[in-house]
Amino acid sequence: MADALGWWGVPLGILAGTLRGSAPFLFVSLGECLTEKSGKINLGLEGTLLTGAMTAYAVSSLLQDKVGSALSPWLGVLAAGCAGMLLGLLHAWLSQQPKVNDIAVGIAMIIFGSGIAFFFGKPFIQPKAPQLPTIDLGAWSSSPAVQSALKISPLFLLGVAIAPLMFWFFKSTRWGLFIRAVGDSPDAALAMGVSITKVRMLCIVAGSFLAGIGGACLSLYYPGLWSESVSSGQGLMAVALVIFARWNPIQCLWASLFFGGAQAVGPALQSVGIDQGRYLFNAAPYVLTLLIMIITCSPKKTLSGAPGALGTIN
Amino acid sequence: MSSRRPLYLPRRQVIRGLLATTAFGVTSKLWTGCSPAPTETQSSTGGGTASPVSGKPLVIGFIYNAPKADYGWNQAQASGAAAIASLPGIKIIEQESVPETKEVQEVMRNMIDQDGATVIVPTSFGYFDPHVLEVAKDYPEVQFFHSGTLWKEGMAKNVGSYFALVDEGQYLAGRIAAQASKAGKIGFVGAKPINPVLRNINSFMLGARSVKPNTKMQVIFTGDWSLPVKEAEATNSLADQGCDVIAVHVDSPKVVIETAEKRGVLCSGFHSDQSALAPKGYLTGTMYNWGTIHKKYVELLQAGKTLMNGGIPHQVIGGIAEDYISMATFGPGVTEAIKKDFDGTKAKLVDGSMVVYQGEVKDNAGAVKIPAGTAYKVTAPELTQIDWLAEGVAGKSS
Amino acid sequence: MALSRSNWRSTAEAICVPIAAILFALILFGIFCSFNGKDPFLVYEAIGKTAFGNWRSFQGTLLRAAPLMLTALCTALPARLGLMIIGNEGALVMGGIGATIFGLLLSYGSVLPTSTTTTLGLPPLMVQLGMALAGIVFGGVWIAIVGALRHYRAVNETISSLLMNYIAIALLNHLVEGPMKDPSSLNKPSSFPIPEIYLLGNLGGTRIHYGLLYGVIACTVAYFLIQHTTFGFAARTAGGNVKAARIAGLPVGKLTIIICFLAGSCAGLAGMVEVAAVQGQANASIVAGYGYSGILVAFVARYNPLAAALVAVLLGGIINSGGALQRSELLRMPDATVLVFQGLVFIVVLYSESLYGRLKIFKEPEVPATPPPTTTTTATV
Repeated sequence: MADALGWWGVPLGILAGTLRGSAPFLFVSLGECLTEKSGKINLGLEGTLLTGAMTAYAVSSLLQDKVGSALSPWLGVLAAGCAGMLLGLLHAWLSQQPKVNDIAVGIAMIIFGSGIAFFFGKPFIQPKAPQLPTIDLGAWSSSPAVQSALKISPLFLLGVAIAPLMFWFFKSTRWGLFIRAVGDSPDAALAMGVSITKVRMLCIVAGSFLAGIGGACLSLYYPGLWSESVSSGQGLMAVALVIFARWNPIQCLWASLFFGGAQAVGPALQSVGIDQGRYLFNAAPYVLTLLIMIITCSPKKTLSGAPGALGTIN
Repeated sequence: MSSRRPLYLPRRQVIRGLLATTAFGVTSKLWTGCSPAPTETQSSTGGGTASPVSGKPLVIGFIYNAPKADYGWNQAQASGAAAIASLPGIKIIEQESVPETKEVQEVMRNMIDQDGATVIVPTSFGYFDPHVLEVAKDYPEVQFFHSGTLWKEGMAKNVGSYFALVDEGQYLAGRIAAQASKAGKIGFVGAKPINPVLRNINSFMLGARSVKPNTKMQVIFTGDWSLPVKEAEATNSLADQGCDVIAVHVDSPKVVIETAEKRGVLCSGFHSDQSALAPKGYLTGTMYNWGTIHKKYVELLQAGKTLMNGGIPHQVIGGIAEDYISMATFGPGVTEAIKKDFDGTKAKLVDGSMVVYQGEVKDNAGAVKIPAGTAYKVTAPELTQIDWLAEGVAGKSS
Repeated sequence: MALSRSNWRSTAEAICVPIAAILFALILFGIFCSFNGKDPFLVYEAIGKTAFGNWRSFQGTLLRAAPLMLTALCTALPARLGLMIIGNEGALVMGGIGATIFGLLLSYGSVLPTSTTTTLGLPPLMVQLGMALAGIVFGGVWIAIVGALRHYRAVNETISSLLMNYIAIALLNHLVEGPMKDPSSLNKPSSFPIPEIYLLGNLGGTRIHYGLLYGVIACTVAYFLIQHTTFGFAARTAGGNVKAARIAGLPVGKLTIIICFLAGSCAGLAGMVEVAAVQGQANASIVAGYGYSGILVAFVARYNPLAAALVAVLLGGIINSGGALQRSELLRMPDATVLVFQGLVFIVVLYSESLYGRLKIFKEPEVPATPPPTTTTTATV
């Protein structure tokens, strides 16, 4: 129906990819940011993401007859967050044991979380689950391409709202201060009378809640299905994202948008005929992240914003 | 790292690991008693003949390289397996998610030695060379039916191939697509530029151009068999570029079909029936009927025929005439007129008066690949060497 | 010399805790299975039989353990230096690429032989050595880059090694589908195959390829390097406290890069084995998750190379038994079951790490302070 966009398709595709594909990155990175501010790394969010995606799809599909297709996806999102919290509890309990290494726990949780998601998700690969509604920001345009590009999800808007909220939370609230204290200097936190274990547990659980919702974005929004390959590593990349963003929630937002858009570069270029080295284009986000990290990091000054207790073993 | 008692840390870990493994092994021996020998005898009696006239079931092992429930390739193979599972005298065992490494060799051996399988069906292209060939050497009495077109004259006697060729089905789907399309531009989302995918693209294109010679096609290769995000992005990019029909060859067409539906464009599926996923835009698609082939094998096996004694052909391939493929339910975009044309064309393909690959066929660089006057049936081995894209297809095959 | 009392307690601890952990994990897994309607004892039988039941199955376990021993070292060695590197998969892939390039060069003199190119006729040992060295160098340099970035630019090594994984895999796919592609590998894009005489064979009479031998040797050498050489001592010191090491004059930068090179070289060797023993050429199938499994092995073995070899066997057994769970008529469990099992085992084993030194049974009994002897005959209590 529409004429080909030609070269305009590339930036439009990247814009569309940014709006669509960044939602999971956004939620997982915000969750990881929260966790890392308290001084713990949660590498297991990939497993949480998958479990969240599976739970959201399953609940949405199972409840569509009982509560209707308008409500069931939102219940799915809620269920995904709760599933994330359960995994978060497990991670929090295990990683706070003495002498246990955060990263080891994270990798064990990736395996366990993926296993649970795939095991229980088998019956849900076939059925179609009601999807989340989208808001049509592009109704002003006559071009279907633009209209489709600007169809965004309320979850995306929610994520965009959470980022500055989290920033303000860390900067100006009491709880934010406690979290930062626990993350930067556990001794100071102890002196303040804050229970390090409790704070960290709450942060890990809340972070996993957000990661579960990130998974729901994958299965109920874009690409909008449940299968065992629905994740393209968003959970793992979120950890890179958070460092990339210097533990600043607002920069997590920009970094997520960047990653979401980078996912669309390969196909967009191929559609206008550039298909030499498609694998190299697909690796673009990783190369860019690495380059930016190399340029901006320096041994002279410590990574500003890094929580002091990150990476230590309690 | 504690440096207080350096000598103890290593010893502790060594002892720990050693004892963990031996304890596991010892306790498992307690459960199982002596090493299992019964399976060895089972396979040796079942080795000489393949027919279970004695009443022991014929054990057939299926191996998939991904989960069975992938709404795509493996699921189609699994439903073929399910078609024969309930036949009398047949027992099937399946293992999924087996990678194309030493792992699949081990799985084949385990199926033969532990489960008594006398027929193995490895369903992924990549299993054949070197894995199937190596294991086949060690078990000359076990038959290996690989799903693909890779068997060649001179290979081991107990190895065979089977495949359902989709060219005719996709030719028909291409004709339907061209008739239903208003823009004359087709988008194709493919996984990798390997021969089966290229044949799919080319036959679709030849079908489309047989109706509207100016049809254009844009291909995007995602790079791997199952990348939902890339497949969705590819579909969106193709729709952005004005393609109003999207065709697909990836492991699970679900994402592409659903995304095409969201974009309001027509779509043509593959592997299995996706009409329910796109109630407005679905046209049709080629489906594999693996069950037909599997049932055929079972009949021959139960009659005592084997690959080794020449009773079973080493290559079982066919297309629409043999009912190895069929077309999915037609969507609303397929009008009565299109259906009539479809029936007519299909009849011609079935009785052989029309072939898909009829010279002259040029590739997208203008070179003549099939000279005028030459015609290839779908089963022709020359077609397995296709590494080019047909004229009018924008994209690179390498 | 008799063991003193404190010795036998900690040894007993070292024996009981891990066994208890594994048994507990088995129990948890059994509960999981019975919640899903499967008889746990059938499950145990299937696992035991397939993983360790007889020499046949044990070979399968060892075969799966072989690559894990090498890739585990890629995480275990830098961990002694305090670096958390998870780039094993990338180093394996780069090693595979290097081994293929040099294997083809040493066989044919060219990476893209034509049908008329003849082999150079070099003795197999030389070609295999060349491939192994190439695998070692390519893999080693890949991780050395990570180490250098960490030392000179303070780039977090976990993240950079993770990114390097994705980049290495993209490079592999690009090469085997593009510049290095064998045109006749139409259905499974691969490089040209390495002539069969140059491929690694199996250890006499078994199904296990030489990779197992490489793994065992590498683990042993790594252990001695870390525990019994000055180099290893310097590395461990730097790992304990970088600032103190610098003050003591240890060349932290050089140590970092060397250790990272050694780490990557082990994983690179695993990649060479995948090419030279399993696939016979480079293609996407050499990416089989061995790198990520190796990370787990390294952690559970607490970065001790010898323990890593044993833990690799354990993990090999678990993977081996996954197939039996799927194929067993009575069980028919999905493939994801073995992931759940792995996850449970490693969660429980990780938890058991924290129990060392905390269980009362193994603690030294409190010896009441003996009062100093007095000159009087009456003793105070």
